[in-house]
Amino acid sequence: MSRTPLDTVEHAAATPDVELPWAELGLKKDEYERIVEILGRRPTGAELAMYSVMWSEHCSYKSSKVHLRQFGEKAPENDALLVGIGENAGVVDVGQGYAVTFKVESHNHPSYVEPYQGAATGVGGIVRDIIAMGARPVAVVDPLRFGAADHPDTKRVLPGVVAGIGGYGNCLGLPNIGGEVVFDACYQGNPLVNAGCIGVMRHEDIHLAKASGAGNKVILYGARTGGDGIGGASILASETFDDAKPSKRPAVQVGDPFQEKLLIECTLEAFKEKLVVGIQDLGAAGLSCATSELASNGSGGMRVTLDDVPLRDSTLSPEEILMSESQERMCAVVEPDKVDRFLEICDKWDVIATVIGEVTDGDRLEIYWHGEKIVDVDPRTVAHEGPTYERPYARPAWQDELQADDAGKLPRPRSGEELKDQVLKLVGSPNQASKQWITQQYDHFVQGNTVLAMPEDSGMIRIDEESGLGVAIATDGNGRYAKLDPYTGAQLALAEAYRNVAATGAKPLAVSDCLNFGSPEDPAVMWQFAEAVRGLADGCQQLGTPVTGGNVSLYNQTGEAAIHPTPVVAVLGVIDDVARRTPVAFQEEGQLLYLLGDTREEFGGSAWSQVIHDHLGGLPPKVDLERERLLAEILISASRDGMIDSAHDLSDGGLIQAVVESALLGGKGARLVVPDGLDAFTFLFSESAGRAVVAVPRSEELRFTDMCRARNLPATRIGVVDGDTVEVQGEFTLTLQELRKAHEETIPALLA
Amino acid sequence: MTARIGVVTFPGSLDDRDTQRAIRLAGAEPVALWHKDKDLKQVDAVVLCGGFSYGDYLRAGAIARFSPVMDTVIEQARAGLPVLGICNGFQILTEAHLLPGAMLGNDHLHFICRDQKLRVENASTAWTSDYEQGQEISIPLKNMDGRYVADEYTLDKLEAEGRVAFRYLDFNPNGSLRDIAGITNEAGNVVGLMPHPEHAVEPLIGTGRTDGLPFFTSILKKLVNA
Repeated sequence: MSRTPLDTVEHAAATPDVELPWAELGLKKDEYERIVEILGRRPTGAELAMYSVMWSEHCSYKSSKVHLRQFGEKAPENDALLVGIGENAGVVDVGQGYAVTFKVESHNHPSYVEPYQGAATGVGGIVRDIIAMGARPVAVVDPLRFGAADHPDTKRVLPGVVAGIGGYGNCLGLPNIGGEVVFDACYQGNPLVNAGCIGVMRHEDIHLAKASGAGNKVILYGARTGGDGIGGASILASETFDDAKPSKRPAVQVGDPFQEKLLIECTLEAFKEKLVVGIQDLGAAGLSCATSELASNGSGGMRVTLDDVPLRDSTLSPEEILMSESQERMCAVVEPDKVDRFLEICDKWDVIATVIGEVTDGDRLEIYWHGEKIVDVDPRTVAHEGPTYERPYARPAWQDELQADDAGKLPRPRSGEELKDQVLKLVGSPNQASKQWITQQYDHFVQGNTVLAMPEDSGMIRIDEESGLGVAIATDGNGRYAKLDPYTGAQLALAEAYRNVAATGAKPLAVSDCLNFGSPEDPAVMWQFAEAVRGLADGCQQLGTPVTGGNVSLYNQTGEAAIHPTPVVAVLGVIDDVARRTPVAFQEEGQLLYLLGDTREEFGGSAWSQVIHDHLGGLPPKVDLERERLLAEILISASRDGMIDSAHDLSDGGLIQAVVESALLGGKGARLVVPDGLDAFTFLFSESAGRAVVAVPRSEELRFTDMCRARNLPATRIGVVDGDTVEVQGEFTLTLQELRKAHEETIPALLA
Repeated sequence: MTARIGVVTFPGSLDDRDTQRAIRLAGAEPVALWHKDKDLKQVDAVVLCGGFSYGDYLRAGAIARFSPVMDTVIEQARAGLPVLGICNGFQILTEAHLLPGAMLGNDHLHFICRDQKLRVENASTAWTSDYEQGQEISIPLKNMDGRYVADEYTLDKLEAEGRVAFRYLDFNPNGSLRDIAGITNEAGNVVGLMPHPEHAVEPLIGTGRTDGLPFFTSILKKLVNA
């Protein structure tokens, strides 16, 4: 794009008729006209580069923000919230002077194009968001979705994604403690690679992305800027894939986890010495984003000399430097008398650091190249005043037909033998099978604070060695439920993550989300999105857990085929003493199994309907958030007071899936009795929400059942931990060995 | 009086703070050592911890071996200073020729993280005396390049001299020859292993076992009684 003469602000004003490649940069005609209107002239090439990436769907949320406002408008009163939506990540008070920041983001499109680097840099990006808040990252989680497990392309994408997440995260020294792996043909060509990170800091260490104090220096530090990832946010993340277009591989960034590890350590050391006024990481839209956001969030303007940016490739044009998404870079605002010390710390860690500009008195962002001004904009117009679309949305015509196709009418197993056969099929199906082959490629132990990691209901990290204070995180999403009813589906994702956190004994506090949908230009997709956001916002309001931030990923579709609407919800919880945590595994023979909650005939979107009948139709399970809250309170109390020794949430696959998992993890079987009023099939496979199964020591039975009765939570005794089989009395018996074989051999057989 | 045990931080070290915690829990005093600094601060023993030193973009440990701090570690280890290398530390010790053999990529080509069963084959080194000879323990293993290899002569010699310190039990996670998980030098002051004892020192954390703690109590007893 470099042209002669240099396209300076002066030159742009003098040559109003020069045509700029706005369409190639992903801008629409009316958006370009709006830029001309804002500036009162045509933009320079550099300005156009900045606007094009910052006004992309990925950075500006232009299709989604009219809906996302509900997260703020419906936010419940919550004293724990220290920093809400709008910053790099939300921050929550967890007590004892500690604050926790967490967020989930998507790196879907890059991971399809180049699985290893796409997934690796997804981890890198979310980790930098967490550091930018002032926190030490303490754990990562990875909710992943791929096409059919036996599709040949899944074997290309999945191993690359998993190796990329491991290769990057393991090298950073961050334990990977949770997430999901889901297979569904709808994600063929559009895998969902979401990445979450948790960070911990003291309250006084919270940092924000703003540049204030005229004369303060702007320091760019970390990796040199190269030609990788140019236009990643605008071209890659904000368009659908199309066979006719050229490969987009050059738009995928390349990660260097070693550089990021140094960046973490040197940033934390600078924070410790109170050297940093404001900080922003360079992710999507690179320097364009960092400079415009820092300047627009602060009190003054900013002047940047682009020639001072350390380059990997000296031939880069100023536009390319502004758009580059080279990884492992951060931008700090530092008072002049602290600059030397800041540079010293960077030098100690062998991190390149360069003063590239300063905060000014004015309110303009000015960028210079070879002594000439090439950008002169109001940074707010770049960072915050992008276009907003009221995209048309409409309930699709097929929704009624889909919901009418009731899964309750599917043929059910008629004998114990058939039940047994279907249980084996279920626990060995790719979605229900053990994901150990995947998760053992991630380091769970580093940092020495991991209390629980997958396949537990939530990952748990100790944050204070003295008191035992800890945090828990669970991520959940069920695209099948959301397809049947996006409003309910989003609430079911929230309810499941909330329940998973409580099942380990932690109190749910706050929510982050990653909203993965198809093209917003399709009214049916936009309706799914609007419904899911409404459902999630209403649900968070009712449960008292505010959404603190998150990410929207649109255009997850190839041609006409959109993915299932897939809102992934992360719930963060706190536990006063990690010694009280409750694991999934059965601990001792003789302990009594109780089913908490109500079981109804609910099979719409269920794992059973998928595995046995390849069916998706009807309505998803009903949501009762008051019941979820009560169940969570009971689980937390029982955990704290030592009334239960294991607990497992019931979700996809129903009760039998949960019992089999607890049995295999503990190496102890179970004898189950079908309770009065239920048939064996519904008992085993229903996916009614608001349920958990717990193992109660006999000495605690009375205390536990009294508590449930007093609080009006249905608690049904369904059996006992016993032996080396899972037996459903009068129906069938399966040995742990048979179950283990079915459950653990599926994934390696498909992917190894 | 207690012992002062140094933990080296290279750029890319990951388990330095965990190792310091393990040393503290064992009752010794951890001392942070820096890769650019030749000074060992008069510590009584040194641990080279896990991680990806200098990114390990070359052979694992190949660059760390040439760092300033290693000049002193190599010199003093030869003079009897107890040195423990865990994972990347073991790789660095082989690169530094303080221990024989070399580490290659896992035979299955994946990173692997698991609770690994081991047998203590030599309970008389500076770092293993608190174990029973033949004791079976479980500690976390996590690595990409953990396949121990050496020529037949070296392997036979190690076996004959009782210098195989740990062997993988039940499952060989990386293709290491003769299931070797860790070895010692002739004098027994330098020990290297792939699994991570520093991640098995507290109940509840990690695998919930404390099978790794005796590494740190072994050295403490030796130093305090010396």
